Amino acid sequence: MSAPQTLYEKIWNAHVVEQRDDGTCLIFIDRHLVHEVTSPQAFEGLRVAGRQVRRPDLTLAVPDHNLPTTARLDANGNNIPIADPESAQQLEALERNAPEFGISYIDATDVKQGIVHVVGPEQGFSLPGTTIVCGDSHTACHGGLGALAFGIGTSEVEHVLATQTLQLSRSKSMEVRVEGELGPGVSAKDVVLHITGVLGASGGTGHVIEYTGAVIRALSIEGRLTISNMAIEHGARAGLVAPDDVTYAYLKGRPMAPKGGDWDAAVAYWRSLATDIDAVYDKVVTISAADIAPSVTWGTSPEDVLPITGVVPDPSTFADPSKQAAAQKSLDYMGLTPGMPMTDISVENIFIGSCTNSRIEDLRAAAAVLKGRKKADNVKWAIVVPGSGLVKQQAEAEGLDRIFIDAGLEWREPGCSACLGMNPDKVPAGERCASTSNRNFVGRQGPGARTHLVSPAMAAAAAITGRLTDVRAFMD
Amino acid sequence: MQPISSVKGKAYPLGLKNVDTDIIIPAAWLKTISRSGLGKGAFQTLRGVAGNVFDDPAYAGAPILIAGDNFGCGSSREHAAWAMADLGISAVIAPSFSDIFSGNAFKNGLLAIVLPQEAIDRLMDVAKTDEIHIDLETQTVTTPFQDRFAFEIDPFRKHCLINGVDEIGLTLKSSDAISAYENKISASQSWLSPNQA
Ligand code: SF4
Repeated sequence: MSAPQTLYEKIWNAHVVEQRDDGTCLIFIDRHLVHEVTSPQAFEGLRVAGRQVRRPDLTLAVPDHNLPTTARLDANGNNIPIADPESAQQLEALERNAPEFGISYIDATDVKQGIVHVVGPEQGFSLPGTTIVCGDSHTACHGGLGALAFGIGTSEVEHVLATQTLQLSRSKSMEVRVEGELGPGVSAKDVVLHITGVLGASGGTGHVIEYTGAVIRALSIEGRLTISNMAIEHGARAGLVAPDDVTYAYLKGRPMAPKGGDWDAAVAYWRSLATDIDAVYDKVVTISAADIAPSVTWGTSPEDVLPITGVVPDPSTFADPSKQAAAQKSLDYMGLTPGMPMTDISVENIFIGSCTNSRIEDLRAAAAVLKGRKKADNVKWAIVVPGSGLVKQQAEAEGLDRIFIDAGLEWREPGCSACLGMNPDKVPAGERCASTSNRNFVGRQGPGARTHLVSPAMAAAAAITGRLTDVRAFMD
Repeated sequence: MQPISSVKGKAYPLGLKNVDTDIIIPAAWLKTISRSGLGKGAFQTLRGVAGNVFDDPAYAGAPILIAGDNFGCGSSREHAAWAMADLGISAVIAPSFSDIFSGNAFKNGLLAIVLPQEAIDRLMDVAKTDEIHIDLETQTVTTPFQDRFAFEIDPFRKHCLINGVDEIGLTLKSSDAISAYENKISASQSWLSPNQA
């Protein structure tokens, strides 16, 4: 009998093409997602070396980062040109490269277009037990389906395009077990913010984390994708949630998922992947759901997490002197003073979107809070950006767009939007944003922008009051 | 990749922790479709502050950067490694690196060297006045004051760096093994071929 294995080890072992003496493995990649920002130099590299894409059938390209989220077609159905010439050039490069190398490409005006990490699961392109890569660090997102998914750099994008493999060494394994039951108003986003606060921004470095426990089991796929999405924010190479009936129900019938007899064979295989009962993780961290409140970040690292009921921390109380200095720097940048209640912080901008929180369930959660209410006057800019055209369609069918618009929020076209300061959606310097995205780094949402990471329901609550707000106040 | 076996020279004593890739190169610079010219945007937010190490003439053109824990965390943008190379940096020394950044650095012949915090503290001091020497062959960092710090590096990475190996070319030598793997999978797990939507 073979030794007991974790989910991670099973997926890894199933993908080893070759193992070198030093333990480095050539790992086969089942799915490769490509977007416009990290791919042009890779395609150029292939062209210069006269190389082909080995498996265009395992590759899917979609634009998202650089695409404006304003209307893409005019009244006559013609494409509206992109104003920024550099952005336009980069988007055109992908539009050219994909067909040149035989890769399926989802056009900016296609209803299937969206953020690559929303599109993969939605199309059934991302599947349990597969290896998935993309030139984007939040590729870990797909781990919510039980896939070993991780971000890679452009040289690796080129390597995967040319060989459909990567040279990798095994990571360590970590279990993050979340036990108990979430309280009202506490969502998957709060769970992952809390985990990041506990582990720290580099707590998972060198590890692949499997999220387990009653809380994770009880989550929908949307929630699991949210958790796994932010694995990178606590430093992990990848995040995983073991596939189960919730996963299979989500995937069945998706356009690119297996069909008929193939589907049954796939499910039988996926069921064999769960971590064996006696398997040992290199590290185990246990978290109690009772400790997780609706959460918010106060600083410029995703580890700077507090319950919304907390107060801005005093750097001089931090034990580690280098942490004191870093915290002081964060507070200076964020324009906050120690001891200030988090709920006293006013926000001028609201962003509901990003691959962390732009799926239908996220929009429903935000709409439930906003229904019949209006945004505060001090909120100057509030946008809701669905993760894909299909999410947008679904939300409109449910009337969510009306709720947002009636509340004074803007309803946009799908894309990465204000998650990163690259396309026209930016938070002005010195202003604050309650954001459902995943990074509160200095300048992430635009130069000088101050980001507070929150869940969709918390972002909605902040829109109503114009300050960071405990969403539980809006729940009956 | 150009072969690299040692780096000697001045070092920027940055020392900062959690230097994320948005700090190394902000997103606004990622619209390029080429690898070159990113040095102009490197560490833009840090350079906006008076007295920063990058604009201090004492360190002009330094090939080494000394940083704190978790260097290169955040986005997977390889632009971070390209921007540093374009700025003339050939090696970074820090107590830890994000996994993706160290991979990207390696692919671009940029040495990402892990040393414990005590060594970093010492090197930060030395860098203010003197040069630092990194030798990949012997896996050591030395100073003119007889400091000698040994570092670990994956033997495969070391081999590739010293010999300037083209990794894609190397993997393509395993084409038969890849084909054999693909054949095995298409027989046993045919459902893995995506339906073209
Ligand atoms: S939404 Fe943000 S985190 Fe997600 S892929 Fe786009 S830029 Fe990256």
